[in-house]
Amino acid sequence: MTMAARFRAPGWYRALLAIPLGFALAAAIDIGVRALYGWHPIVDWTAIVTVSLIAMPLAFLVGIGCFDYWFRWASGAPTIPEDHSGHGARSWRDYFRVNTDHKVIGIQYIVTTFFFFILGGVMAMLMRAELASPGTQFVDPNTFNGLFSVHASLMIFLFIIPVFAGIANYVLPLMIGAPDMAFPRLNALSYWMLPTAGLLMIASFLAPGGAFSTGWTAYAPLSDHMPLGQTFFNVAVQFAGASSIATALNFLVTIITMRAPGMTFWRMPLLVWANFTTSLLVVIATPFIAGSQFFVLFDRTLGMHFFDPGRSGDVLMYQHVFWFYSHPAVYIMMLPGFGIVSEVISTHARKPIFGYRMMAFSLMAIVVLGFTVWAHHMFVSGMFPWLRVPMMLTTMLIAVPTGIKIFSWLATLWRGVIHLRTPMLFALGFITMFTLGGISGIMLAVIPFDIHVSDTYFVVAHIHYVLFGGSVFTIFAGIYHWFPKMTGRMYDEGLGKIHFWLSFVFFNLTFGPMHLVGIDGMPRRVADYASEFATLNALISISAFIFGLSFLVFLYNMVASWRHGPAAEGNPWRAHTLEWQVSSPPPIFNFDDVPTVVGGPYEYGVPGAVHGVFKDQEPVAAGKTATAGVAE
Amino acid sequence: MPKSPMARMIIYGVIATAILLPISLSIDWFPHQGAAAADKIDTLYDVLLIVSVPIFVLVMTVAIYSVIRFRARPGDSGDGPPIHGDARLEVVCVVIPFILVSALAAYAWITLNDIEQKKKGELVVNVTGQQFTWRYSYAGPGGKKVESTQLYLPVNRQVKFEIHSKDVIHSFWIPDFRLKSDAVPGITTNWRARPTKLGVHDVVCTELCGPGHALMRGTVRVVPDQQFTAWLGKQAGGAVATAPPGGGGGAPSTALGKQAFDQNGCGGCHKLAAAGSSGTVGPDLDNVLQDAAKFAKGKPPADYVRESIVNPDAFVVPGFPKGTMPKTFAKLPPDQIDALVQLLTAGGKKK
Repeated sequence: MTMAARFRAPGWYRALLAIPLGFALAAAIDIGVRALYGWHPIVDWTAIVTVSLIAMPLAFLVGIGCFDYWFRWASGAPTIPEDHSGHGARSWRDYFRVNTDHKVIGIQYIVTTFFFFILGGVMAMLMRAELASPGTQFVDPNTFNGLFSVHASLMIFLFIIPVFAGIANYVLPLMIGAPDMAFPRLNALSYWMLPTAGLLMIASFLAPGGAFSTGWTAYAPLSDHMPLGQTFFNVAVQFAGASSIATALNFLVTIITMRAPGMTFWRMPLLVWANFTTSLLVVIATPFIAGSQFFVLFDRTLGMHFFDPGRSGDVLMYQHVFWFYSHPAVYIMMLPGFGIVSEVISTHARKPIFGYRMMAFSLMAIVVLGFTVWAHHMFVSGMFPWLRVPMMLTTMLIAVPTGIKIFSWLATLWRGVIHLRTPMLFALGFITMFTLGGISGIMLAVIPFDIHVSDTYFVVAHIHYVLFGGSVFTIFAGIYHWFPKMTGRMYDEGLGKIHFWLSFVFFNLTFGPMHLVGIDGMPRRVADYASEFATLNALISISAFIFGLSFLVFLYNMVASWRHGPAAEGNPWRAHTLEWQVSSPPPIFNFDDVPTVVGGPYEYGVPGAVHGVFKDQEPVAAGKTATAGVAE
Repeated sequence: MPKSPMARMIIYGVIATAILLPISLSIDWFPHQGAAAADKIDTLYDVLLIVSVPIFVLVMTVAIYSVIRFRARPGDSGDGPPIHGDARLEVVCVVIPFILVSALAAYAWITLNDIEQKKKGELVVNVTGQQFTWRYSYAGPGGKKVESTQLYLPVNRQVKFEIHSKDVIHSFWIPDFRLKSDAVPGITTNWRARPTKLGVHDVVCTELCGPGHALMRGTVRVVPDQQFTAWLGKQAGGAVATAPPGGGGGAPSTALGKQAFDQNGCGGCHKLAAAGSSGTVGPDLDNVLQDAAKFAKGKPPADYVRESIVNPDAFVVPGFPKGTMPKTFAKLPPDQIDALVQLLTAGGKKK
């Protein structure tokens, strides 16, 4: 290819050319507008940076080729017919271009999100270094505030939410017998918005005044007045949110319209149910956080005063809008994990899920109730006092559908044939820690107790029990469970078990004591603390470092096994769901012929039962299992 | 030992609960009890533990027992029995948690009403949060407003805190009292407490309010009623007593400076004998002239002090974190800044 052709074709050359053009465009718009109005100074760097934070990522997306097909179609130019040469990945380079294959996108998602997980983890280690003893030794308070803000934002927006989308991207179309997602080009765009959002958050450390340092909650009016780094957060959340919404729409349409013949809703694996309900939450709730960040952005840059009490702004409105997304977001980060755990436990305990329909109904119940509890984050915020008790009640009621799920997993284990492989260990670890996190959640819902521990380390302990002991353990379970399917190789079981035990033990030693320091009076988000908490904090820091190192075992296992692990068969776990009925890794278009679903997904122990059949197979005992799957 | 797995699990569960529950209850979770609400909240937490520990033990007993009892033997490629569910069991596991959480919610509601009850003869204390200090004001004898950077409370008398904020959201928490509320710009929030324990308790800001948030800690002194009344009277009278002692052109300016120092809450973070403040968040201002001589070589002390007020990060005294002092003081009226500079450059010489 000639150099000129390289810069014309979609890809990194064009993207690297587009980014400075985006900056130039932003600067031109900004300087032009200021000149027209006659404002001084004409060159205002804060304004230029703000506009280019929006323009440069968009220019990158155009350059890398996310919009090529749509631009051609919209402008009436002949579209390039999809010859599917873009599908599949033949070398590692194929993962670095816009690819419409859901399996490639799934891997892109997972690897990218784990990259941000490592960065967020390193920030956590820096924080624990600072907190190892009272006083400030290691970083100054402003940097510390930046560290925990970026840590939380990366973990939430760039790791937990999208890594679930990545796992589902890979597995879900296979599970429902579809050749790809419903909108492959939208799928690619969703992925490419993510690294953009992540890099914006990281880049905020380079902004004058440091990274955004108002926490991931970014409460106004503090966020209205902070230095430029805050704008990076405002904009990054828009890209991450747009990515999230587009993927959720894609999942909804895929699940509703692209199920294989015979795959009724009541025959869908629970992972599909989980992503269906999660996507509903994302589509309904995510626009609210986008709104909240636009309000702050407008306050900061356009001189509006949504949150300026001196000009009739309403400070509490920020929190209501923010939590109307961010509480459902907790379930966005949990429901897909419920789905993974259901798959893992049923498969590795060789038993049907106990109360399959109740499991699906409880997911729906969590979606509905999840929208009615947001103000439990605001019990001490000074909001209307009457709203507190109803929100306490609804919050506690969520324990009912959640309790059903834990009960059902336990009943599935009961009398099973339990294979304690790594994914199963992580699922069991999840049940342990999520139960603890759920219990501390009920405690936090109890208003008089919450008044005391709100904004303390008790809350830090609680969210890490639900989001690390809960969500991240299900992510590890899912990665180990589907590693053979995704890579065509087996991971090292011994290393997997070492990884599990190290992280299980040191997770609890790190976050368990935080309950105590919180109740005892240590506030969260502080670089310095009263000397009475010194001993426990030193212990917490030491455990945290070992906990952090345990991740290296996982990383080594993944990299080494992917390169040199023994080849995996199509169905190493003898599972019934469709993704295991094809080769590992699956063919480029998933199924050489479309399967027909004839029974439930978890008919373990039913003689001769199958979930789906392919043309060349005999539909074994189809009549018998078609109804058995839903018997209760 | 009974044969039935159910009976066995019940025995294991009861033993585990009997061990874990006393341990969890005997942990010294809370700080000292400094107010009437503390006992009720601590009891509520004990009840939560008594409910929670058996639930956790139940889940763990079933999980661990299953893993040990039903673990696959090497080479076992069989499946478990195809049990798809049990409608009665599922109803039970909906109803029991429902009753449990409803009962807890009712108990919590009763406790909430209890700790928020109004009482006659409340002492009203105005609390104002600002980056990064708390200031308090009382109605003194004869309706005179008494301002202080140190919180004093009389023991065994109901207090109502009216909480305000001058800039961003803070949260006013006294861990020994177990109570807190955010200080929100634009609205007034409140909470009530009856201090029961004499002595010094911590006051902590729990809402991230900027770079100096971690340092926004203070104390409350709970004193006998007579001592409190005496203190309040002295403060009310003291404001009159510290009026310019008359004489010298410079004196009114330092009085103006002291007023600016108090109004802007400088004493919350800085020690200055002339203003009777003892904050330790920022550098000791009694040493400001020595600092100026040491760090701003050749620059007049007045310039050093002025720069430190309007552009605090231009130079930060070693040992103190950068970015902590708010930059908003640059927006003070020029005469107030002048008065502060005069106060600070004069203070050292006199003392």
